[in-house]
Amino acid sequence: MTNPYLLDVRGLHKSFGHTEVLAGIDFQVAERELVFVIGPSGSGKSTLLRCCNLLEEPTSGTVTVDGVDLTAPGVDINKMRQRIGMVFQSFNLYPHMTASGNVTLALRKVLKQGRAEAAETALAALERVGMADKAEAFPNELSGGQQQRVAIARALALEPKIMLFDEPTSALDPELVGSVLKVMQDMRESGMTMVVVSHEMQFARAAADRVTFIDGGLIVEEGPPEQMFSNPTFPRTREFLARVAHA
Amino acid sequence: MDILVENFFNLAIMQSALPTVLTGFGMTLLLVAVVVPVGFAGGLLVALVSGARSRLLRWPMIAYVDFFRAFPPLVLLIFIHAGLPFAGIDLPAFAAVTLAFFLNTSCYYGEILRAGIESIGKGQMEAARSTGLTKLLAMTNVILPQAVRNVLPDLISNTLEVVKLTSIASVVALPELLYSAEMARSISYNASPIILAAGLYLLLLWPVVRLLSRLEHRLAA
Ligand SMILES: Nc1ncnc2c1ncn2[C@@H]1O[C@H](COP(=O)(O)OP(=O)(O)OP(=O)(O)O)[C@@H](O)[C@H]1O
Ligand SMILES: [Mg+2]
Repeated sequence: MTNPYLLDVRGLHKSFGHTEVLAGIDFQVAERELVFVIGPSGSGKSTLLRCCNLLEEPTSGTVTVDGVDLTAPGVDINKMRQRIGMVFQSFNLYPHMTASGNVTLALRKVLKQGRAEAAETALAALERVGMADKAEAFPNELSGGQQQRVAIARALALEPKIMLFDEPTSALDPELVGSVLKVMQDMRESGMTMVVVSHEMQFARAAADRVTFIDGGLIVEEGPPEQMFSNPTFPRTREFLARVAHA
Repeated sequence: MDILVENFFNLAIMQSALPTVLTGFGMTLLLVAVVVPVGFAGGLLVALVSGARSRLLRWPMIAYVDFFRAFPPLVLLIFIHAGLPFAGIDLPAFAAVTLAFFLNTSCYYGEILRAGIESIGKGQMEAARSTGLTKLLAMTNVILPQAVRNVLPDLISNTLEVVKLTSIASVVALPELLYSAEMARSISYNASPIILAAGLYLLLLWPVVRLLSRLEHRLAA
């Protein structure tokens, strides 16, 4: 039984205490697809993403990545997480390590690469995000855009099957956003499967295969960017897009 | 003035007491070399377990920490050394001291380290876990190095207290610095050996105090 989707979320519910944040999400992403997830603040976008690598434990439903149901008992989640890269809004680089150290940590501790091999892999990953010349810099010596690119390299180095981005440019000064989007564009062109939560609608128009609109813990509608942006079906989607456009 | 010098700074007496006092100093160093790492390791365990998700693990640890922080270390040591033999547990002096220090200092190191761990934003753990690191690997490689750095002055300060506290080992006749000096004093009927011991404590601790104050300055800046 092969699953045609790299990421296959079925009937996903997530509650914190008595608050239901995800109320039954079905969400599929095929290989090489770039799916944009948009929605108002608090609608559950981050929670959905975090359920996809089990940083949040789903209350019910299944999350299947690369054919493996992460919610099944006995799954080696640490092994699965190597195949699921994640990029955070606040970068979350390790401040006590250099850029290279940030990238090599998992290579050495998880993939058990030797020091030299890990350094080489890290340098190649940093090269891909245009940060090879800053390999020995510490995070506090880097701009936000540079830090985010190192964070992307940290995930990329593990050669994930899919990358999850949670508002990767929201914490950046406007003039630094482009450098990160450029890296994401490159990744897309090299065939990476990506799920992106972001308000960068122009980037969505240019790069996304599909846009998914979430509100109140449910997927309201999804479709190709042209259709979603120029002719959404539901009033809620229209209202949201109007608000974002004016912001 | 002469009486002062005669009784407290008597060089002849200091000289004859020197071998005994130095042997005691050696024992104090040995004691420090054992109880500080043991207490720190215990503290790590305390900090990790009191941060655990399971109440079954967390609550006994809270009870343990509360209990031994309220228990005067001198009473604890005397109890272990002189009380436990009544229960058939007769520990040699060095082992009794090590156990007492483990129980006492692990709580203090533990509380400091816990505060350090809590000072690290949860994004660090999440980033590490998202790359496939186990919780333990993330702790040791990502969280603890930052946590220790954040509470380094408190850790050093606590270590200073621990070193000073080793002098309570004298009550169970472990021949450390204070015990040896006290012995020399009682033989010579002169306080100079005590002054000598105080000088050695100072010699040992003053660099640590300097380091601490420089660290505190740097962090305040
Ligand atoms: N750990 C948590 N404990 C309790 N409630 C939480 C937790 N994480 C998220 N929530 C709640 O779940 C809801 C959805 O949060 P989520 O972060 O997924 O929203 P979002 O769509 O990413 O919003 P934003 O655009 O502001 O990032 C919010 O109401 C939030 O307060
Ligand atoms: Mg969010």
